[in-house]
Amino acid sequence: MDIFSNLALGFGQALSLWNLIYCFIGVFLGTIVGVLPGLGPIATIAMLLPITFQLPAVSALIMLAGIYYGAQYGGSTTAILINVPGESSSVVTAIDGYQLARQGKAGFALFTAAVGSFFAGTISTFLIAGFAPPLAQVALSFGPAEYFSLMVLGLAAAVSLAHGSLLKAIAMVVLGLLLGTIGQDLYTGTPRFSFGMTDLSDGLEFVGLVMGLFGIGEIVRNLEDEHERSVLVQKVIGLIPSRAEFISTIAPILRGTALGSFLGILPGGGAMLASFAAYSFEKRVAKDPTRFGKGAIEGVAGPESANNAGAQTSFIPMLTLGIPSNPVMALMIGAMIIQGIVPGPNVVTEKPELFWGIIASMWVGNVMLLILNLPLIGIWVKFLTVPYHVLFPGIMAVCCIGVYSVSNNPFDAYTMAFFGVVGYVLVKLDCEPAPLILGFVIGKMLEEYLRRAMLLSRGDPLVFFQRPISAALLIAAILALVIVLIPSVSKTREEAFRE
Amino acid sequence: MPSFVKNSKDFICGALLIATAAVFAYGLLELPIGTAFRMGPGYFPMVLCGLLAVLGAVILLNGILIEGEPIRSFAWRGLINIVLPVVFFGATLRGLGFVLSLGLTVFFTTIASVHFKLWVALVNTAVLVFFGWLIFIWGLKLPIALLGPWVGGY
Repeated sequence: MDIFSNLALGFGQALSLWNLIYCFIGVFLGTIVGVLPGLGPIATIAMLLPITFQLPAVSALIMLAGIYYGAQYGGSTTAILINVPGESSSVVTAIDGYQLARQGKAGFALFTAAVGSFFAGTISTFLIAGFAPPLAQVALSFGPAEYFSLMVLGLAAAVSLAHGSLLKAIAMVVLGLLLGTIGQDLYTGTPRFSFGMTDLSDGLEFVGLVMGLFGIGEIVRNLEDEHERSVLVQKVIGLIPSRAEFISTIAPILRGTALGSFLGILPGGGAMLASFAAYSFEKRVAKDPTRFGKGAIEGVAGPESANNAGAQTSFIPMLTLGIPSNPVMALMIGAMIIQGIVPGPNVVTEKPELFWGIIASMWVGNVMLLILNLPLIGIWVKFLTVPYHVLFPGIMAVCCIGVYSVSNNPFDAYTMAFFGVVGYVLVKLDCEPAPLILGFVIGKMLEEYLRRAMLLSRGDPLVFFQRPISAALLIAAILALVIVLIPSVSKTREEAFRE
Repeated sequence: MPSFVKNSKDFICGALLIATAAVFAYGLLELPIGTAFRMGPGYFPMVLCGLLAVLGAVILLNGILIEGEPIRSFAWRGLINIVLPVVFFGATLRGLGFVLSLGLTVFFTTIASVHFKLWVALVNTAVLVFFGWLIFIWGLKLPIALLGPWVGGY
């Protein structure tokens, strides 16, 4: 099967009326949460998980994916116009974008951000189409030992790229894995860690867990330092740049796309890492680095292309290996499991309409975003005038009804409340809850592969090092953790996240 | 915080992790562990429990040995006013029904903000109950009674 017939299948899915509507809902909501600080794509996707139960799998994943890359567009709009990055991935865009806006070049900056994102989105869509199936083919030949090692690598890379203390990030992964073992044992059906509660015998409810950690916990955190947002919007004029200006953006967009696409594929990568890396790269290759921070268009073009490319290529490990490279992908995997799809290399061959439908929808979604964003900028900025104290009761209402609707069980609401407290306490103690979700999602698979591999090796743990692919993956995992501990690297890592 | 602690964040974090590991270790008591060859239901969790306890201990030690920023005060008002309404919602949805349970939950929630104003809270509550009904009951057809048996519904 060649790429084009596959893409045709995908576009057939993506262009069906209902999927177009769900794609639109996704990118629309994504743009809004991208604009709004204090409400990110993780919380939004968590809030919408219960609704996706009612939808076909393709539509559900198309919508959730739209939220993620839609947020990359929305985040840059507010970063440029009012120096408020709506998303962590557009923090660096604000540095030069806002300066451009102050110089009266807001239109140019917005145009560059949108076009760069669109170009990056298009290229990375084709990259996914080209690279994902062969990668899935390779993964199909993996045995349980390789799979186990691959997941360990995924987790190791994810924690090494997380910000904050490495030790705490590892502890969060282990805690997530442990929480994932609650419920019936895979092989014997023995209930584990139910602590006398029958509601726990089927395991912790995923939706309650993520909504608690990211929805409820985040509300409490945001209420901590509540201040009114003053919105002073620069008037947007001159959306279409001059020929010379346009040409000056081409090279950074190309570099950003390449860098972002690569960093997105890496476990632990994604939009945020891509945008930070692209900014420092642009600064390094620039003839005159002092222009940065004073309104250099490269500082907008590079990171904005990179974050969109990274957001999209991070779907590659998720779709082909079933391994989440960041919390958003962990939620996507959660959504797939809820839909009864087993994540892994089989998705490409067994559910081609799902796989190619999602990929094609990304390009369709990017077209929608380009149309949505440029002419409607005024409307998006209006959303910023909604104060948080009016907004958060709405988030609460959606979380409450949503978590209850999963199985009409009040216990899920208690789970959400409990993890709301846990989420808040964790942040207070400088522990990021994101690695916990990665651990929770991967936990069951990791245990299954471990047990199968050990059965096959008759209890010899050396099997993981005797098989070459498995050994290489484990060594890469160890390297990923050790590199962070090297003083010079850990210093630059801290600096990169501080900006 | 005892005086020998130099970083209260790490100290508390480590202690909580060890406590969590202890709770799960208690749960492990009734699970067959098995061998590395044929792992029982308790094997993998046992490894994780040990790992979590060790990590907790190291973080705890860090808290005693290495200087760090003090922990910032807890937002009790926010925490209580957000988390309790969620519990309230879970406990009353079946009894009070959708309208009253969600309405009261949302109203209590708004008190969490320092910008609380009665009329804003009331309008917000009414709007959210209406849209909640529109999306979830009318649109997605969730089987939740509008008025529960406690208030004379069905």
